[in-house]
Amino acid sequence: MPIETLARRAPQRLLTGAVLAAFAVFFVLPVLWLVLAATKTDQQLVHDQPLSFGSWQALADNWHALTAFQDGAILQWLGNSAVYAAISLVITLCVSVPAGYALAMTEFRGRRALLVATLVVMLMPSATLVVPLFLELNAASLIGTMWSIILPYAFYPFGVYLTYIYFSTAVPKDLLAAARMDGCSEFGVFRHLALPLATPVVALVGFFSFVANWTNYFLPYVMLPESDQLPVQVGVGNLLSSVPQFNPAAGDLAVERPQLALATLVAITPVLVVFLFAQRFLVSGMLAGATKE
Amino acid sequence: MTATASPVDPGRRRGGAGRSRAGLAFVAAYTLLLVAFGAVPTCYAIWFAFTDAGGGFTGFANFVTTARDFRFADSVGHVALYLVCWLLSLVVFVVGLALMLHRLSSGPVSRTLRFLYYIPGALAGAASVLVWLFMLDPTVSPVSALLGALGFDTFGQVIAPGNLPVLFTAIAFWTGAGGWIVVMYGALDNIPQDVMEAARIDGAGAWQTAWHVQIPMLRKWIVYMVILAFAGGAQLFVEPQLLSLASVGVAGRDYSLNQLTYDFAFQLNNVNGAAAVSMELLVVSLSAAGLFVARSGFFDAD
Repeated sequence: MPIETLARRAPQRLLTGAVLAAFAVFFVLPVLWLVLAATKTDQQLVHDQPLSFGSWQALADNWHALTAFQDGAILQWLGNSAVYAAISLVITLCVSVPAGYALAMTEFRGRRALLVATLVVMLMPSATLVVPLFLELNAASLIGTMWSIILPYAFYPFGVYLTYIYFSTAVPKDLLAAARMDGCSEFGVFRHLALPLATPVVALVGFFSFVANWTNYFLPYVMLPESDQLPVQVGVGNLLSSVPQFNPAAGDLAVERPQLALATLVAITPVLVVFLFAQRFLVSGMLAGATKE
Repeated sequence: MTATASPVDPGRRRGGAGRSRAGLAFVAAYTLLLVAFGAVPTCYAIWFAFTDAGGGFTGFANFVTTARDFRFADSVGHVALYLVCWLLSLVVFVVGLALMLHRLSSGPVSRTLRFLYYIPGALAGAASVLVWLFMLDPTVSPVSALLGALGFDTFGQVIAPGNLPVLFTAIAFWTGAGGWIVVMYGALDNIPQDVMEAARIDGAGAWQTAWHVQIPMLRKWIVYMVILAFAGGAQLFVEPQLLSLASVGVAGRDYSLNQLTYDFAFQLNNVNGAAAVSMELLVVSLSAAGLFVARSGFFDAD
């Protein structure tokens, strides 16, 4: 490349670099701050450098104060989230993988209708159905039980769509036909051939559904009346209203801001862990969710 | 799988009958969930929206009553303004950043930046709102100098109602943009090398290539992003709800339409009104999605 061209491009490259760096700060700074805030006392939070480390002692104190809140409510909430997310995840996988497989690989009556219904429901924003879902589950006397959360979570049309795409594009039908010729039953074909091939998409569906369920706020907020049933997202929202700086009416059982920061960190840790593990699946998965080449 | 296959037409006992039965068995559980948590609540919402507390048919009365509610027009305005901010920033910045990252060559710098942008995605839901409550509180924020320079000295000033669309946009962008940048980057990678090469030989600079070659080829993806972001954004709930808990009374509990739905159902005991608002949101969101399906042909089923 001629020298003049390079010289002409230098300011442009500099500008690009500056913009990209500024956005990196925008995206990372709050996360960094959150991690450090959990290691401080409320005093330090206000007076120290925002991006300084407090002390391990303060972190331990914050943890004790946090777990002491309503006799370990935060642990209970984490446990609830884990139970809700895990059970619905298992149901989601058991239900959506075979369904996606059948939609892609077999012919049956109503297949097209089911496919269209799946696409429509997938595009349908679930938050609008929260109140009608409440009414339905209320009629079925399930409000206040964990099934009012788990069953709606378990219904995951996007998972069906992803597996449908995967099976119809990545698994050759000839392979399945050959297995059938060898006398494999339809369930056997699925179990021994299709399922092992589908490991990446199963992981992907699992990831998306886990994150969606773990971070859901509106549905459990409506469905669960008792504090000891709340998942951690809603629970942390309750903690917020006990922080005097945010809510002057908080009263005696006050929660300090660093403890709220720690609670937020604790609440996202499972997602973060799954996130790091699933990272390499994600790009291809998001692309697969949108096209069907 | 507990479900059994429903009876197959006995006249159709050709080779595919067994497979057809197996197919039905495989989809049975899913169909059950689809009916229970997709179809039934939708029908329930429709039924409630057009009836009164006693179950009598009322036509559009619930829609009229809720639309006349003094908070309705406000919350429609709030959500609309938020959507404009959110969709504009998403399109401009996501596409811009993806193009910049892509020009940066595919070295480790680009990969690292994409990962950094992506990190807040793990803080979806209530967590992101809590983080931003801190970011926006001048007494503890790491950017309190910046907030001060903009004329904000107290938390109450920062979260004044007029600022909320921008603040909710910042929160949503912070958690959501990284994923879309990765998607756009992937789409840019899929543009054939010879197309880019041809543009370069024709003497197109970075701007011209981006404007005339890359962005048109991203169009489908941009539409996809806008539609999904629209549907998601119209459902605004957790952000204003948490803010109302923390706002020292500045933000009300009826900022967004979904909050209004919640209030109708659980504070005012008017489930019919709540259902009417839900229906409206659903129709708007589905129309947006339908437009996308019709325009882009993404979901052509065979």
